[in-house]
Amino acid sequence: MANLTVKLSALTLRNPVMTASGTFGYGLEFEDFVPMSKLGGIIVKGTTLLPREGNDYPRMAETASGMLNCVGLQNKGVRYFADSIYPQIKDMDTNVIVNVSGSSPENYAECAAVIEELERIPAIELNISCPNVKDGGMAFGVTCEGAASVVKAVRKAYSKTLIVKLSPNVTNIADIARVVEAEGADAVSLINTLMGMSIDIERRSSRLSIGTGGLSGPAVKPVAVRMVHQVAHAVKIPVVGLGGIMTAEDAIEFMMVGATAVEVGTANFIDPAVSGKIVEGINRWLDSHKVKDIREIIGVV
Amino acid sequence: MKYIKDFAIVSNERLDDRNVLLKLRPVDGQMPDTKPGQFVQVQAPAAQDTFLRLPISINNVEDGLLWLMVQMIGEGTRAIGQMKEGQSLNLVLPLGNGFSIDEFWNTDSRSMRPQVLLVGGGVGIAPLLYAGRVLKSRGVEPTFLLGARTASGVLERSLFEQIGRVLITTEDGSLGTRGFVTQILSDSQIVELSSFSKIMVCGPKPMMIAVARCAKQNGVDCEVSLENMMACGLGACLCCVEKTINGNLCVCTDGPVFNINQLTWQI
Repeated sequence: MANLTVKLSALTLRNPVMTASGTFGYGLEFEDFVPMSKLGGIIVKGTTLLPREGNDYPRMAETASGMLNCVGLQNKGVRYFADSIYPQIKDMDTNVIVNVSGSSPENYAECAAVIEELERIPAIELNISCPNVKDGGMAFGVTCEGAASVVKAVRKAYSKTLIVKLSPNVTNIADIARVVEAEGADAVSLINTLMGMSIDIERRSSRLSIGTGGLSGPAVKPVAVRMVHQVAHAVKIPVVGLGGIMTAEDAIEFMMVGATAVEVGTANFIDPAVSGKIVEGINRWLDSHKVKDIREIIGVV
Repeated sequence: MKYIKDFAIVSNERLDDRNVLLKLRPVDGQMPDTKPGQFVQVQAPAAQDTFLRLPISINNVEDGLLWLMVQMIGEGTRAIGQMKEGQSLNLVLPLGNGFSIDEFWNTDSRSMRPQVLLVGGGVGIAPLLYAGRVLKSRGVEPTFLLGARTASGVLERSLFEQIGRVLITTEDGSLGTRGFVTQILSDSQIVELSSFSKIMVCGPKPMMIAVARCAKQNGVDCEVSLENMMACGLGACLCCVEKTINGNLCVCTDGPVFNINQLTWQI
């Protein structure tokens, strides 16, 4: 069995497989299917300072090899998370990472500061790339100035491992990654969903309540692999790769272009046990290729 | 406990031009505990436009077999409809809350038997067969009101007739009363709504709203089974939400069955 341990700055993962925010609930929803102790980490739902109802239904449209969603960060706010959810998940045998979103640098920072106090949360993933909210979200992640302002504010308020989740809906994702690194991020994760649209031609209207949504699933994987490759060459901090990972081979592809760890997202909807299977599959692949340490394959392409 | 399980197709029966009835046996022989009104997420055979699982309500569980009624409306459901005996399907189950039948556990056999009205439209009748069977086994007298476009669309009619009284409406008048189910609900000569302790409804949304309105006017408790589009079926993706008096709730985990008093429908 190969060594699967990887590090994202100060954060050690027992293996590189994590679950992506918004696709794995708080882990609790998947406990019947996969032991948390099998995973490198889980990244729980997008959390904001104040509760959010999210967008109206319909929020999802199935597309060829993928899906669009416009959930819009529905969550009960960080206080509810700290008081009611955290006690249920704090003893899970994995790294529990909280995805944090906001509408201004100040409230991103305030939300992060609440999570800083939660002893068993070793890291946050800063979401500056949600395409489905009007206020904030992706607005910050698509300009260097916007990204810098949020990361700067959160870095002051948050001392543990800070991962910044990047938007693919930009001209040059490497530029954004460099700015985020300069402002003190410990790692970047990419990609968030690609903005898309799908039309019901009988009704002559969008299939989604707000018109547009974020595309995920295997349809986006080649774009994500290319962007991870690009960012891995642009920054020195670790890169977490995600976008359409369905199998261990997909995960290995991301690692070969420079991802230190990966996140499994939409695949959880199709096979709730898939994250554990990907860990096993990576292990088998490394063994059959006589690779003793997973770090040997990171960035070989 | 929820499971991911392979099921072998024991039979695939064509019910009409659009619907099939699959009877499935768990390959490992272990049938999970299920409740009427719950659903399963079916992995359709690979096809370009089917990526996510398909949520299908449980039509019945009997003699170690799980029954699923599948309406062939898209690429995925058509592929399932063409599957043959012996092939296998992968399911995630059981999902959702189900109808509130637990209150009928302790029916006192000496007192008057409670009456429940089960109203279904089109393929929405599917979960009512299972609900009716379980209710009857608990001493409840079920009455079914089944609506369809035409006579051939009244699916599993003889099975419903074995369980309780069956009232039928068809839009073309080819069977039962001509019109919609509300035709019968508004005629106290046929059914006295206030005699029911509960109404359970599954069907197209306009039908469910109309039935909910009748129930409310007559002061009868009413629950409806929703079928919002969903992705995960586990309460993780938050795609299938319905507006309720407690905010947006997931149809897959907080539902699919809701009491009409929880919803924000204009009734």
